[in-house]
Amino acid sequence: MLKELRPALSMIVVMTVVTGIAYPLAVTGIAQSVFAFQAGGSLIEKGGKVIGSELIGQQFTDPGYFWGRPSATSGADPVDPTKTTSVPYNAANSSGSNYGPTSKALIDGAAANIDALRAAHPDQKGPVPADLVTASGSGLDPHITPAAAQWQVKRVAAVRHVPFDDMHKLVAEHTEGRSLGILGEPRVNVLKLNLALDEKWPPNK
Amino acid sequence: MDAAGILQILIYIAVIAALTPLLGGYMAKVYEGQARFLGPVERGLYKVCGVDTAREQHWTGYTLSLLAFNLAGWALLFGIQRLQGWLPLNPAEMAAVPPDLAFNTAISFMTNTNWQSYGGESTLSYLTQMVGLTVQNFVSAATGMAVVVALIRGFASASARTIGNFYVDLVRSTLYILLPLSFVAALFLVWQGMPQNFDTYTAATTLEGANQVIAQGPVASQVAIKQIGSNGGGFFNVNSSHPFENPTPLSNIVEMTFLLMLAAALTNTFGRMVKDQRQGWAIFAAMGLMLVIGLGVTYWSEVQANPAMVAAGMDGTLGNMEGKEVRFGIANSTIWATATTAASNGSVNSMHDSFMPLGGMLPMINMLLGEVIFGGVGAGLYGMLIFVVVAVFIAGLMVGRTPEYLGKKIESKEVKLAMLAVLIFPVGVLGLGAASLLGMPGAIQDGGPHGLSEVLYGFTSATANNGSAFAGWTANNLVNNTLLGFAMLLGRFVVIIPVLAIAGAVAAKKSVPPSAGTFPTHGWLFVVLLVGVILVVGGLTFFPVLALGPIVEHLMLGAHTLF
Repeated sequence: MLKELRPALSMIVVMTVVTGIAYPLAVTGIAQSVFAFQAGGSLIEKGGKVIGSELIGQQFTDPGYFWGRPSATSGADPVDPTKTTSVPYNAANSSGSNYGPTSKALIDGAAANIDALRAAHPDQKGPVPADLVTASGSGLDPHITPAAAQWQVKRVAAVRHVPFDDMHKLVAEHTEGRSLGILGEPRVNVLKLNLALDEKWPPNK
Repeated sequence: MDAAGILQILIYIAVIAALTPLLGGYMAKVYEGQARFLGPVERGLYKVCGVDTAREQHWTGYTLSLLAFNLAGWALLFGIQRLQGWLPLNPAEMAAVPPDLAFNTAISFMTNTNWQSYGGESTLSYLTQMVGLTVQNFVSAATGMAVVVALIRGFASASARTIGNFYVDLVRSTLYILLPLSFVAALFLVWQGMPQNFDTYTAATTLEGANQVIAQGPVASQVAIKQIGSNGGGFFNVNSSHPFENPTPLSNIVEMTFLLMLAAALTNTFGRMVKDQRQGWAIFAAMGLMLVIGLGVTYWSEVQANPAMVAAGMDGTLGNMEGKEVRFGIANSTIWATATTAASNGSVNSMHDSFMPLGGMLPMINMLLGEVIFGGVGAGLYGMLIFVVVAVFIAGLMVGRTPEYLGKKIESKEVKLAMLAVLIFPVGVLGLGAASLLGMPGAIQDGGPHGLSEVLYGFTSATANNGSAFAGWTANNLVNNTLLGFAMLLGRFVVIIPVLAIAGAVAAKKSVPPSAGTFPTHGWLFVVLLVGVILVVGGLTFFPVLALGPIVEHLMLGAHTLF
């Protein structure tokens, strides 16, 4: 057994150097020089300050913005840091709800979301888009479906005092189709849409 | 079920099938020593490590080398986790990983399971992820590949005492196959938006003025190999549903392809090495058939919205979106869920815990059948060859003559070893799962039958060395970390050792030419028999517990019963 130890120990050290140090550093070097923006986390800066990442969703509750999906992420309770509490879109602790389909907590949460959305959109009488009702897998989903964005147009247009058709057009411009026309699903990046919204029709502050 | 979804499923299957002979041919060259472009590096490596490449090993020597190397890897990874607080590359100031969690995680990555009792961005330093986990991602995959190549050699040899050299197989798998593929893949993924940096977590001020801390890290280099090596351990807690770990539909199809392609291609490598590619395609067909059935059922299940939510006023046309990302939708989430549990990868791009009852059952069945529907790289094929041994034995009983496979007689010793590997599975799933139910009932999140499903999924995943989870269940406690650790060890080594013993046994047998009485193992009759054996063994063992979990839950959801 002892003569087995020398190759075993030296091989794990050598493999660590090759696959654990040389390989990731080589990837980092090339990535940082060729794809610097992506390698840095696709960060968006405004006025010299980082306001987020193109890829990471943010929490929106202001009626003047389009809203994203419910997020099940949590974080340290600001009052008592030994406890965790709901912190939507916590990008340092990704998580889904992980509730099973027969969970009462899941269905009650969905019903509460539906009630809140209905109250904020009194003109929408039909069923509520599913992505606005259900929590995403990551808790950081940057997208909503085009239908969910259109569903909110009337509210945002009213708050921003913008004609419905103009707002409708802005959403259409920010709707991405399937990649290569086939892959994935059509979607709207909520953060990018809201940034465009602020640029075009700045909020009255 | 819409045309766009079905089209994406078909594209995926076509890509995997097209890559199989290409990669399979290349890997056969690598293992037969014909790929030599890294010759100097390879030879230097053997020299440093004191490996005598001229010396082929008896199966016992091969097994000892494998176990010694895995033990050294486990110890190193355990040590790095315990010491990460004092080591560099720790901008988020992560403390030492607690002992039970470090024990579990080190086993998890050594066994190619990549079960995550931890949340990456909230537990591990960049150094632990990179120098600890990434290394095991490579070498645990290479270990699986080495084992299957040794087994193939056993069947292919005319009559030999030895089955190859473990370190040569390990190094070739890493240098010629895993490393070049991962390198290209990592750069592609960065292009699609995956971070690759050592920055401190970014503090952002959101549009609404809130603080958002964004976790960063050397993500792409780890994600590339986690997919290619059927590892599955995510850089982030939610794995490839995290937008940084899977930014676009394009990165998604590439990651999904990576997670199945080597396991699929190894069937072709097998065919080439035994000098009859039809044998490889027969196994590919058996695996493919089960994959397609699973895909169909899962997709059908997930396009249905939760009836209780529809009753509350939700639009049901989108399907079951709880735990799924908009950019992937139902089709891509179900392809991934099926493929990742078929191939013992275990990475996820949606939360399986929130799947509909039958949609969540299919991934479980994929694993319960023994992770042989393509399976892990190497592990899937050697698991499948175990079932082949059982299948030819049963065929032999039916026709009343000594069974043989690829010219080697299958006798009582081989069948006993194969049955040992098959039977360890229920011990891990049902035995250790029951121990957890008794020892840590509080770990269950959901009430009703779904609670049982959570535990069942966890121990199935660990024993099958998959690594995905019904993540509502709390795994990170002393009882479950320990029990899961043993489940992973059983599922890995109590299969590998019998497989290598079979390799040694069949290698020593004289090859006999096929005669008129030989049962052909390359036709549809054999494919159907093989699938039948797998389904019967899995069904007899696990149907009762599935009936108590997901099947009851499905019926209760139909009656709007909630817990």
